[in-house]
Amino acid sequence: MKTENQKAWFFVLPVLLLVAFNALIPMMTVVNYSVQETFGDNIFFWQGLDWFQQILRSDRFHAALGRQFLFTFLILIIEIPLGIAIALSMPRKGFWVPVCLVLMALPMLIPWNVVGAMWNIFTLPDIGLLGYFLNHVLGINYDMTQDPLAAWVTIITMDVWHWTSLVVLLSYAGLVSIPDAYYQAAKIDGASNWSVFRFIQLPKMKTVLTIAILLRFMDSFNIYTEPFVLTGGGPGNSTTLLSIDLVKIALGQFDLGPAAAMSLIYFAITLLVSWLFYTVMTKDDQN
Amino acid sequence: MQKRTIVPIIYILFLMLPIYWLVAMSFKTTNEILSGFSLFPQTFTLENYKTIFTDPTWYWGYINSISYVTINTIISITVALPAAYAFSRYRFLGDKQLFFWLLTNRMAPAAVFALPFFQLYSAVELFDTYLAVALAHCLFNIPLSVWILEGFMGGIPKELDETAYVDGYSFPRFFATIFIPSIKAGVGVAAFFCFMFSWVELLLAKTLTAVAAKPIAATMTKTASSAGYELGLLAAAGTLTIIPGAIVIYFVRNYIAKGFAMGRV
Repeated sequence: MKTENQKAWFFVLPVLLLVAFNALIPMMTVVNYSVQETFGDNIFFWQGLDWFQQILRSDRFHAALGRQFLFTFLILIIEIPLGIAIALSMPRKGFWVPVCLVLMALPMLIPWNVVGAMWNIFTLPDIGLLGYFLNHVLGINYDMTQDPLAAWVTIITMDVWHWTSLVVLLSYAGLVSIPDAYYQAAKIDGASNWSVFRFIQLPKMKTVLTIAILLRFMDSFNIYTEPFVLTGGGPGNSTTLLSIDLVKIALGQFDLGPAAAMSLIYFAITLLVSWLFYTVMTKDDQN
Repeated sequence: MQKRTIVPIIYILFLMLPIYWLVAMSFKTTNEILSGFSLFPQTFTLENYKTIFTDPTWYWGYINSISYVTINTIISITVALPAAYAFSRYRFLGDKQLFFWLLTNRMAPAAVFALPFFQLYSAVELFDTYLAVALAHCLFNIPLSVWILEGFMGGIPKELDETAYVDGYSFPRFFATIFIPSIKAGVGVAAFFCFMFSWVELLLAKTLTAVAAKPIAATMTKTASSAGYELGLLAAAGTLTIIPGAIVIYFVRNYIAKGFAMGRV
């Protein structure tokens, strides 16, 4: 169907140049730092792979990586089923559809640090709506700055608030593409709601769900601004996710070598896991 | 059917609660906020908004943000259109690898690039300009635009191109007057996503600016720490950052669902 044409490269060239400028040069800088040691004044010493070994062996990195995987796992396991459930219960046509979509998409269009600040104001123990409600109406002792569990519940709730709509919109887009005839056929066959979901709706949503899971994985794994503004990584280090830790090392302590090595390991893990997700989820298509 | 609609209603209420609280805060005086809990503003004030609209460090933040977001959207869409056309119509050496490589840039944590970006854009003397932030955001917006536009272009039959050539159209004329109008929904959706991701990103925008091009979000962080935590002012500034997004989303409301579905993995 597509014709072979090497001149198509000229169409791609501007994109290639712009992205390469932004991706390759900074990446080379990172690689360069990752194998050297510096004491300032632009004097560098060859360090080999020492930084990589140091990072891979350090407890601090293991702890941040563990927290990162826990965070991503929790938000995926909440947002994906919840998003599908909401998409299933949305009306298919009518006046309310665009209203729902606009309202749902709203959280995604708020700058990330405003999201953090907003949740901070929302959860302040005595003057925030949620904080006041939990502490003074329900009588639960809730203070995010003291209790690691409360901090975790808050950042998870914030992410669910922020990004579940992405899953809803994607699933919904998959659902509205199913022709009515499929449902009529299912009705004639006397299919239960579950079978309709399992054999008609889920297969039709498969492509969009793959996109949803991949996007949610990448973005949650790279999350920085929202939890940083909300908790600053604390109390203690309990919500210090990978990006927060990385920025602490790179810009806070100015340890460029270890930070660069950590960046590369971090990027490699993101690529590897994304590739695994992608391979597993599209395996059936090839067979 | 009636019972089912309760789920989206509860969900939307959950989404609106923190937003309501932000807006309510923005109409309160700092005194009222700190003196205790009140569900509605007791002493309704527009003082916070007045400060933002009269103080240049505040309102320039908005102008700066909107400027680099607009430049980024224009650059991203302009270069992504021909590239997406190439990916959707032609086979060429390394096309699949290139497409995948483009997408991997969507996976790079912004934190990884913060420092090298600072050095790169200082070296080319673009530091603290709109163009620096706009170009830096191309890193993730161009791949996304190519991805979305390619999906929309795949839905246009190739016969359209061939008919135009038979009718004597040159390629640029065909592309500008026939092809782009027929995928304008796709262009709208791609522009929406470029706007969205450039508008909400802060880490790179903050790293690449100091004074002249500082985004509104960075002004907010600085105020939060220096002005002794003026919550009302912060809430008003936050509320105003929601408005541009809300306007943009209203324009593309009928295409959003479709736009999401068209991208392919």
